[in-house]
Amino acid sequence: MDINFSEAELAFRDEVRAFLKEAWSGELAEKAKQPGSYKEVQVGWERKLNEKGWAAPLWPVEYGGAGWTPTQSYIYESERAAVGAPDVSPFGLKMVGPVIYSFGNDEQKQRFLPRILNADDWWCQGYSEPGAGSDLASLKCKAERDGDHYVINGAKIWTTYAQHADWMFCLVRTDSDCKPQQGISFILIDMNSPGITVRPIVTIDSEHHLNEVIFDEVRVPVENLIGEENKGWTYAKSLLAHERTAIAGVADSKRHLSELKKLAAAEVNGGRAMIDDPAFRQRISDIEIELMALEYTELRVLASMSKGNGPGVESSLLKLKGTEIQQSIQELKLDLAGHFGAVVQDGITAEELGHGYGDAARRGFMFSRAATIYGGSDEVQKNITAKFVLGL
Amino acid sequence: MNFDFSEEQQMLKDSVARFVQDEYDFEARNKVVANESGYSQENWQKFAELGWLSIPFAEALGGFGGGATDTMVVMEELGKGLVAEPFAASVLMFGGLLQASAQNDERDALIGGVIDGSIQGAVAYAEAQSRFELQDVLCRAEADGEGYRLNGEKSLVLNAMSADKIIVSARVSGEQNDEQGIALFLVDAKVEGISKTALRTMDAQLVANLKLDNVAATALCGAGEGLGLLKQMRQQVIVALSAEALGIMEKLNATTLEYCKTRKQFGVAIGSFQALQHRMVDTFMAYEQCKSLLYRTVCSIEQGEDNNDIEKNVLALKVMVGKAGKLIGGEAIQLHGGMGMTDELDVGHYVRRLLTINAAFGDADYQQQRFAEVSLAS
Ligand SMILES: Cc1cc2nc3c(=O)[nH]c(=O)nc-3n(C[C@H](O)[C@H](O)[C@H](O)COP(=O)(O)OP(=O)(O)OC[C@H]3O[C@@H](n4cnc5c(N)ncnc54)[C@H](O)[C@@H]3O)c2cc1C
Repeated sequence: MDINFSEAELAFRDEVRAFLKEAWSGELAEKAKQPGSYKEVQVGWERKLNEKGWAAPLWPVEYGGAGWTPTQSYIYESERAAVGAPDVSPFGLKMVGPVIYSFGNDEQKQRFLPRILNADDWWCQGYSEPGAGSDLASLKCKAERDGDHYVINGAKIWTTYAQHADWMFCLVRTDSDCKPQQGISFILIDMNSPGITVRPIVTIDSEHHLNEVIFDEVRVPVENLIGEENKGWTYAKSLLAHERTAIAGVADSKRHLSELKKLAAAEVNGGRAMIDDPAFRQRISDIEIELMALEYTELRVLASMSKGNGPGVESSLLKLKGTEIQQSIQELKLDLAGHFGAVVQDGITAEELGHGYGDAARRGFMFSRAATIYGGSDEVQKNITAKFVLGL
Repeated sequence: MNFDFSEEQQMLKDSVARFVQDEYDFEARNKVVANESGYSQENWQKFAELGWLSIPFAEALGGFGGGATDTMVVMEELGKGLVAEPFAASVLMFGGLLQASAQNDERDALIGGVIDGSIQGAVAYAEAQSRFELQDVLCRAEADGEGYRLNGEKSLVLNAMSADKIIVSARVSGEQNDEQGIALFLVDAKVEGISKTALRTMDAQLVANLKLDNVAATALCGAGEGLGLLKQMRQQVIVALSAEALGIMEKLNATTLEYCKTRKQFGVAIGSFQALQHRMVDTFMAYEQCKSLLYRTVCSIEQGEDNNDIEKNVLALKVMVGKAGKLIGGEAIQLHGGMGMTDELDVGHYVRRLLTINAAFGDADYQQQRFAEVSLAS
């Protein structure tokens, strides 16, 4: 048991700080404040990371990883979040990348990995379907072999940022005469292929994050299949564990919590700052205590991963607690904003409104409700934990 | 003891329910809120014809002479339909304050106008810095001949864009948070010196920020009375909004229950999973508890209990409705999965209204502290 940073780790922290100071400054950080800048900022940011060799630090070094220890990635994450720089968009770097280097062939690795590292392609995840959410294995979107192509017919839903995407990694049904899990394949689809329709779905924060993607006789070259036909479920499952670790969001929650403290110092009720309000103090302390513990839960998982254990079933715990904390922070922020938490700030300035963060608090709260639904819902995570951790 | 409604109250309840059922489905409601005014003038006239706008007013003023129970049954049914017409803002808040203020011909005529639907009103009590404190008033009033001149700003005023008249709280004397020195003033919504910035809130209501630059006004009460009148109005409106919230909770629970019975995953209805069954039992209980506290509060008002006892009930109600609203709203989204996140489904719209109600006139945390003060003092 030793949590002190070594000399080398302290030197690494200084390097990270210096990098962030340079890379997350000026133009990019300013642009991030503007609505509708999401993709542009992400791409700009990920390219800076890639220049430094830090776009995908946890990938194996031979594919472009940085060879970081868990401590190093902890240091990086903490410093990144502390300055408010964004996490990378997960679909390429955290999701499909690891599947390609683990299960793809050499050609696929050469073709896709460098472009993922440099954010040259924007990826989306085509798993869920109208009838296949928690029960993902029941998916029906069909791929039929026709010469050198698969022909895809069916629909995906809830596809995050499909409207921006160049590529989709997709689970398709290639065999219906077996156990559902055994007839699924993992395939990469060029979003510019003829026959693809992307329809927007507006969410309860009144934004456009999600889409429905319809496939009508879409032809995808056989070389875009990852690994073996009908083995897609195994590949996808290995990815889900990665996704859940990434979802805990400890470092970002720490930053949101400290921002919340600043906001509460400036928000006044009847002459008393909200930071001195007993109910507020109780709630924010409750959250901070949970977060202090989760930070170490995450470190324990990282330490165990560094000994060669994959992110296992513990990743459910990280996701469950991490999203619970994210939601409580957003809820407290909404409550802190009082009446202004209800405002849709459309075309008026903060001065005209008389309040600085009510609109952001509303959007943040409403969208945070999704955190316990996507990436395997709360209930599903608890089922997994009960079965595989507790043996029930 | 009985908790049955009178025949008259049952008829009133049925008539609102019928309107929602026949004319105010989710699609119709979305058309209504998309209007520039945020509601339908045609519906408003219908409310007048059906007598709903007269409910809280005394018979001597041409009203129905209704009590807290009558308002409750109307608000509960309006809640189920997520009705956007400004019943609370114009009838209960504006009309309620008028009725509580001193009698004169202009006041009586205005109340008559509220009842027949020809007058829309608003109450401007909140300011940018005031959060939940009614006495946190910076807006100033100075005597000017017979009347007054108002200077200052008011925030997020419900129904201000449609209002013909606005009641404004302003300070005649004293400092920012002083309890003394606040009076209520009546201003013409189109009078010179008033400027409005319109905005929408997440429950699709149209509200406005007001800037008052030397605006001519008449006093509705003396400087010693403004805060008391506002507090009395708050008490009544909290009960009404709680009834609306109860209707919303009933609707959300029913929608979610139905979804859990029909949505299938893993080859079965998701309602067959015990994890979800327990959550639905929790939301069912939360709803029943809110209903009990609402009835308790309304009974205490109807029976004319001591105002301290009434206030304690009202505060308890506001706390519980705020918390239950979050629980029920959160579970409704969660149990609908991805569907619950879509704006196309009505669930998110009901949830946003519940959240707005929680923040209105003091949220659960705030009111819980006031409750503790009242309860632990006695
Ligand atoms: C904002 C957002 C972004 C998303 N992004 C993507 C994306 O990019 N790509 C993609 O493929 N998908 C995406 N999803 C889809 C997401 O993965 C699914 O919503 C999720 O798997 C749940 O499926 P469902 O919506 O069909 O809900 P259902 O599976 O129908 O679940 C409804 C309810 O039943 C519960 N339930 C289901 N099964 C059980 C059980 N066995 N025991 C107890 N309770 C159960 C659930 O927990 C939930 O509360 C996204 C979803 C959201 C909300």
